[in-house]
Amino acid sequence: MKETKKQLSVSAIENGTVIDHIPASNLFNVIQILGLDKIDNQITFGTNLESKKLGRKAIIKLAGIYFEDDDINRIALVAPEANLNIIKDYEVVEKSIVKVPDYIAGIAKCVNPKCITNFEDVKTKFKVVSKKNVALKCHYCEKITDQEHLVIV
Amino acid sequence: MNNKSLVSIDDISTEEMVSILDLAKEFEKDPGQNLLGNKVIATLFFEPSTRTRLSFESAISRLGGKIVGFTDASSSSVTKGESLNDTIRTVNNYSDLIVMRHPIEGSARLASEISDVPIVNAGDGANQHPTQTMLDLYSIRKTQGSLDNLNIFLVGDLKYGRTVHSLLMAMSRWNTTFNFISPEELKMPVEYKLYLDKLGLKYYEHSDFSNIINEADIIYMTRVQKERFSDPMEYEKVKNVYVLRNSMLANTKDNMRVLHPLPRVNEIHTDVDANKKSYYFEQALNGVFTRQAILTRLLGLK
Repeated sequence: MKETKKQLSVSAIENGTVIDHIPASNLFNVIQILGLDKIDNQITFGTNLESKKLGRKAIIKLAGIYFEDDDINRIALVAPEANLNIIKDYEVVEKSIVKVPDYIAGIAKCVNPKCITNFEDVKTKFKVVSKKNVALKCHYCEKITDQEHLVIV
Repeated sequence: MNNKSLVSIDDISTEEMVSILDLAKEFEKDPGQNLLGNKVIATLFFEPSTRTRLSFESAISRLGGKIVGFTDASSSSVTKGESLNDTIRTVNNYSDLIVMRHPIEGSARLASEISDVPIVNAGDGANQHPTQTMLDLYSIRKTQGSLDNLNIFLVGDLKYGRTVHSLLMAMSRWNTTFNFISPEELKMPVEYKLYLDKLGLKYYEHSDFSNIINEADIIYMTRVQKERFSDPMEYEKVKNVYVLRNSMLANTKDNMRVLHPLPRVNEIHTDVDANKKSYYFEQALNGVFTRQAILTRLLGLK
């Protein structure tokens, strides 16, 4: 009964996708990676919400938007514990968690200051060599960028 | 080879590697075949590397090929701010293959994705220099008769040394035992040791090689540079430990050979040069045959 009384911090949507359990500090990275600043759909954000798991979490509710797995998995680098709720008629019809992909293109910056991707206008490409503590091997300079040095482009 | 280019030693399968070494052996017997008679090869040296450039140009010239290019970036349009993309797109109109040396890491991989003609990486910063590794393998196989079951000593700067990392990666395809001899500050990075652990290959680390040198089949020397030390006192303490002298070779194996990617400064004393176990100048000559093999293979001529 307690559940029903609890006020929702971010209002519910009729149809679309809810991305929950985003670390609050990475909300804007998620917005950038998914290009949410460039679309016309109705989107509501909540951030610095209380979370037992993350301390402070962020949530995004996207009306009328559904993602392909390949698209949504791009956020795994900055929100590895994010989960997705697919909403139809105010009901959750499907739940899933993001997965770190094997290869990523154009999301992260190569940590090596002498890498060609930091000089020439070229999209970065990495092979994911570790998924738990994310480690990315640059397709070009072959150096490793780890979680600690991850910068989103 | 990936995309008909040679960018990284890791791109070549072991089978291809052996096949290129066999081909290099043919060129050693007959280095003057006119195979590149109607070919134009571009040598783009965005940073000077006289030794590597001369080796390539000798390899090309002996096969009758023509050379276009530049020897450092100050004499090219790069100084006007041209991107690598534009340089490669332009030059690949003028040539059948591009040999490229560039100070920026990953530049060769990018060039291979832009270019319509094969790219041979002649060194991209601290990253890769695959033709050096191939000539090292050729020299090891030629002097030892095989690449199997050898004890390889890597000496000097094992932290920053591009050639020793690539040689380690290549030799780890065979049953090799490694001995790493370096000052504490310049030890072999942990990622390479983990890689050998994964393969189950043996390696040992030492701070000097005085009492184990007699076990070596190959001693691969590199230079310990002063600039690599954060504390100049540390350099002063170790600088003479990594100098090879003729007297140290007295009881080494008969088949043992001393290799060095050159240029040498003082890490191999000149008194070693007269010893038949010194091999670094022949090693440089082998670079010509190995590069002839790589160029003709990439052009589909051999």
